[in-house]
Order: sequence, then structure tokens, then C-alpha cells
Amino acid sequence: MRLRPGLVTDYRADAGIFKSVTQRVWFGILLVLAVYLGGGGAIGPIRLSADMETLLVYAMFASIGALGLNIVTGMAGQVSLGHAFFLGLGAYTAAVLGGIEQTRQVLDPATGQQVTEVVLRGFGLDMLIWLPAAGIIAALAGLIVAPVATRLRGLYLAFVTLGLVFLGEHIFREAKTLTGGAGNGRPTAETRMLGFRFDEDGEVFGLWMSKQQKLFFLGLILLVVMGLAAKNLFRSRVGRALAAIRDRDIAAEMMGIPLGRYKLIAFTISSFYAGIAGALFWAVVGRLTAEGFSFLLSIKYIAMILIGGVATVSGSIMGAFFIVFLPKVVEFLAGLPGLSHVISKDPAGMINTFQFEQILFGLFIVGFLILEPMGLYGIWIRVRNYWKGWPFSY
Amino acid sequence: MSFLQALINGISLAAVYALLGMGFVIIYKSMQVLSFAQPALMLFGGWWVVYFATIVSLNFYVAVLIAVVIAASSGLIIERAFLRPMVGKPVFAVAIMTIGLDLSIRVFAGNFYDVSPRSTGDPWGLSTFNLGRLILGHRRLAAIVVAVAVLLALLAFFRYSRMGLAMRAAAFDQEVALIQGVSVSAVFAISWALASVLSTLASLFINLDLGSLGPASYTVALKALPVVVIGGLDSIGGTVVAALLVGFAEALTGTYQAHLTPYVGQNFSQVVPYLVMFVVLLVRPYGLFGTREVERV
Repeated sequence: MRLRPGLVTDYRADAGIFKSVTQRVWFGILLVLAVYLGGGGAIGPIRLSADMETLLVYAMFASIGALGLNIVTGMAGQVSLGHAFFLGLGAYTAAVLGGIEQTRQVLDPATGQQVTEVVLRGFGLDMLIWLPAAGIIAALAGLIVAPVATRLRGLYLAFVTLGLVFLGEHIFREAKTLTGGAGNGRPTAETRMLGFRFDEDGEVFGLWMSKQQKLFFLGLILLVVMGLAAKNLFRSRVGRALAAIRDRDIAAEMMGIPLGRYKLIAFTISSFYAGIAGALFWAVVGRLTAEGFSFLLSIKYIAMILIGGVATVSGSIMGAFFIVFLPKVVEFLAGLPGLSHVISKDPAGMINTFQFEQILFGLFIVGFLILEPMGLYGIWIRVRNYWKGWPFSY
Repeated sequence: MSFLQALINGISLAAVYALLGMGFVIIYKSMQVLSFAQPALMLFGGWWVVYFATIVSLNFYVAVLIAVVIAASSGLIIERAFLRPMVGKPVFAVAIMTIGLDLSIRVFAGNFYDVSPRSTGDPWGLSTFNLGRLILGHRRLAAIVVAVAVLLALLAFFRYSRMGLAMRAAAFDQEVALIQGVSVSAVFAISWALASVLSTLASLFINLDLGSLGPASYTVALKALPVVVIGGLDSIGGTVVAALLVGFAEALTGTYQAHLTPYVGQNFSQVVPYLVMFVVLLVRPYGLFGTREVERV
């Protein structure tokens, strides 16, 4: 009985985080594999290039952001085009709290003396402070936006959140002592926790690790924690309420689910995830500019959950990895002999790699929506079901 | 005086928003889809004006005519290739798909232009009328004239032509229209062609002072979205009212904000449409003139 897939004998098993032994085993295998790959030269013989490791780090932090969007859009069905705003809020909060203050000497015309003027604010705080703070500030913003969401439905909500991105971009552009504005921007928070530096190579428990490896493990731990938390949310009372709202909000309300409260919860948690993801992602990038938090970034995150799989944790992660590694694939395509004169690395070329990437985003969104609305997760389910019944097709 | 000047500028701005906005509304009414691809279609259609007027150096009006034909046919192709397979899919899936389309077309069309904006080669240049102490650019006047003419022509089309009747029927009830023999797919196709043509016309006026067009004009065109939302997604009259409202609000902020509230930063007028949208939606969740959705469980 135990080994029959898809057979659920009691309610506890149906509501479990891992629904079967197989899932548990796969989770373990993936975890061991991740530790092995991340450990690099220190643990196993296989060592990824620093470039590849950096991309993995980006992908893991982007996954946390995608999880956030999936909670509000996938789980609760409230399409939010404003994710870029919350990511930006997290990134800038972290940069202000964890960054270093920059000052300059200016001549005060009134007294004729040199005075110090703050160019960029920064408090140089520890990561233990700026990381939760980034999440909390973003969550507060989500809390403020949520009442609008309870009043609006469907497309209208999408527009309001789109407007949020433009307002946010304006604020990021103009609040120059905090954000550095557009163009050159500002340096981000330092990834330093209780004296442990993630931004320098060094020894960890006697093992020599590069900064990418340290960040990799930070990302892995956070992703596992936040992924399991999201998975837990999905199966809880809140998660069921959100799913009910997504499927039919009026019916949910009639069954006694308070729409306002649950939409509030969804927006707040989603923004918290976005804040954490934004803070970490840009801390690794190292520089923040206001242009980065445009509508395009929101579309990127929408693409992640659409391509990965709506309302699934594993889908969010797959989608984020897909999108983060897409530039690498495009670079590879640009190197192929047949394509090299169509896609050039030169910005003045016919289609440069960045533009080609954008076209691909667009086409992937369109393609997945028409052909496989469940995303990569759906493809995985179909492959799994095929082999589950193999050689029978039923 | 600067107040009256701002009002006149606001009207011409409203004309551009109305041109773009009507495209959104026509598509929404006929297929209940909000097309985010409108700004990208504007870049695409506008390019052909630039191309035929300045590079091939044809007469400007001939160039516009050719561009309109190209825009209409590309609208037809896009509808047939991408929108038709999505019939019956959830509203959001289609809306998000138009975002994807927008992204692809925008890169494709934006690539025609250089980094710096290009002149559309229009005959209006920098010439102005002087009305007392008010200054009215020829291009601004042309924008108002074109928008009013197009609006009247569209209303007449919907009111008197056979196709217009079919479109109204399809907007009212798709299934019933189908049963009555209306070709709903033709309605879809026509509405995309119309929207594409409207955005091409809007591209001529997107930069009201200089008449230039470039990839950055995209953000200006995107401001037609809040306009449509304010007016209510399915109301042409509402769009015109909202365009005037937003046009005035934007022109007035552009004139006074730098002196009165310098702390909100430069170019604040660019985000004013979104702010107006927030306020209007909080009070009226379906826009000023939008139809309230009736939901059945």
C-alpha cells in the first residue's frame, strides 16, 4: 500500500508538506547535490566556475522573489504587476541601512566655511538588521497597498499595481540622498553578518571558500527555509482560503472567508519575500540604479512564475533559474556560427544579446500561455505521469 | 495667462491620449481583452511614417497613408496569429500575453530607431500661432483636429455602417451576435486593425513640441493606460473625458509643480496620470463610466 503512488490514505498525508516518500527522497537528493556542487573544490572534485556560481546565487535569490509573487498572484489569484516596486523597496532599505555613508566637503555660502554634506545616507549596520528590515519595510508597503486590492478586482488591480511601479521608480529617481537616483546609482549593503564576511574569500570551519560559495550557501539555506515556509503556507488554513479566493472570490466570501483580511495577508507576505529577495539580489550585484526597478522587472517576475508554474513552490524555483540562466543561453546562441551575425554582442548590431533576450522573454510568455499554461511544472507532471504508467498510456 | 496656456496644452495632450485610448477601448469592447501591446504598436506604426517621410522622402501625408495600411495589416496578423488561439482563455492569461507581445514588438520596432529620437518629417515643425499672448503650436492644433475628426468618424462608423453594427452587437453579447450571423472573428480582426491604426496616428503627436519619435516615446504612450482605466475600460465617451482630465492634470502639474512643490522632484507630471488613476479607482472601482460587472456564482 505504502508504495502505490498517488494513493492517500488519510487527511494528514494529503496535507503534508511532502506528499510521498518519493518527494522526500528527491528533496534530499537535490539538497545533497546542491551542497556538493556549492562546496566545489572543498567537498567534491567537481568545481563550478565562479561565473556559474554567481549565476546560481542570483537564481536562488530571484527564486525567493518569485515565491513571493507566486503567493499573491499564483496562490491568491491577485495579478500584481507591482513586484518591481517591492523588490526595489527591499533593495533600497538594505542599501540605506547596510551601506556606507558618503559625504563631501562643500563651501557654505553663508559662512564661507567648509561643511560636510551627506551625499548618500548609509548606516553601515549588520546584515542581521538590514535583511529583516528590508523584508519588513516592503511588507509594510504591501500592507498599505492591500486595502486598494480588496476594493478592486481583476484587470483594474493589475493597473493599480502597474501604477505603483511608475510611482516607485519616480521616488527612487528623486530621493537622491537615499537612493543615489538614476544613472550611477548607489553602492548596496555590505553582506557582513556578525563579523562574518560573505563578500570576501575565506575559511569556513577549516574549509577554504570563495565569496561565491559562501553566498551560495547563504542562498541555499534561505531558499530552503523560505520555500518550505511557502509550502507550509499553501497547505495551511490561510493557503486554502487564498486558493478559494483565487478560484472564485464571491463563492469564497459566501463561505465565510473574509476577502479583505486574506488579501491583506497575501500582499503582506508576498511583499516580505520580495523585500528579502530584492535586498539580497542587489547586495550581490553591488550597485543600485533607479532604472533597474522598471515595468520590465515586474514582467521578468511574471515570466518566472508563468514559465515555472503558477501556484507551486517548485515552479517558482524552476522559473527563476530559467530566467536567470537565459542570458547565458543567449550568449551561447550568439556564439553559434549560424546565428552570430544575427545576434551580436556588439550593442550597435542588428539585434544585440540583450534585445534578443527580451524578445525571448516575450515569446516564452506567449508560448507557455498558449501551449502549457502550467509551465515547466506542468511539463514535469506530464513526463512523470508518462513514466509512472509506462509502458501503458493509462 | 500661464493657466490658460496650460489648459490649451492639456487639450492637445488629451487629444493624443484619446487617440491611443480609443484603441484600447475598441479592443476591450470587442474581445474583453486589455491590450498592453498598444504602445509597442505605436512605435511600430510610427516607424513607417519616419521611414517613408524622411528616409524615402515621400510626401508626409502619403507616408502616413502607407504607414496606416502597414499598421492595419500588422494588426490583422497579430490578432490572427496570437490572439485567436487565446479565445476563451482567462482574461488574465490574455492580458499577460499581450505584455509578452508588447515586449517582443517593442524590441523589434525599437531596433529600427537609433538611440536618439528621430523626426517624423511632419510639415508642422516648430511653427506656432499666437492667440493674444497664448502660444499654440501647429502640431498641437493638428493633434486636436485629428483626434476630433477620428472620434467623429469612429462614432459614425459604429452608428451607421454594417460592420459597426456588428461590432456593437458583438460587444453587447458575443454568443447572441454569433447566432444572428455576425462574424465575430471579423469583428476581432477589425478591432485590432483599428487599434493599430489609431496608435499609428497617435505616434505623430507623441512628442507634441518637437514631433520626434524614439524608443523612449513608449513611456508616454503607456500613460494612455491609466487614461483608459479612469474612463472605464468599455466606454469611448469615458475615455475622452478621462483624457481631458489627465491632460489638464498633467499640463497643470507641469506648469506649477516646479514652483509650488519642488520637493516631489523633477518630471513629477509624468506620474500624475497614475496618481489620478489611484484616486479615481479608490472612489469608483470600475472607472468613471465603466460598466459594473455583474457576477454570478
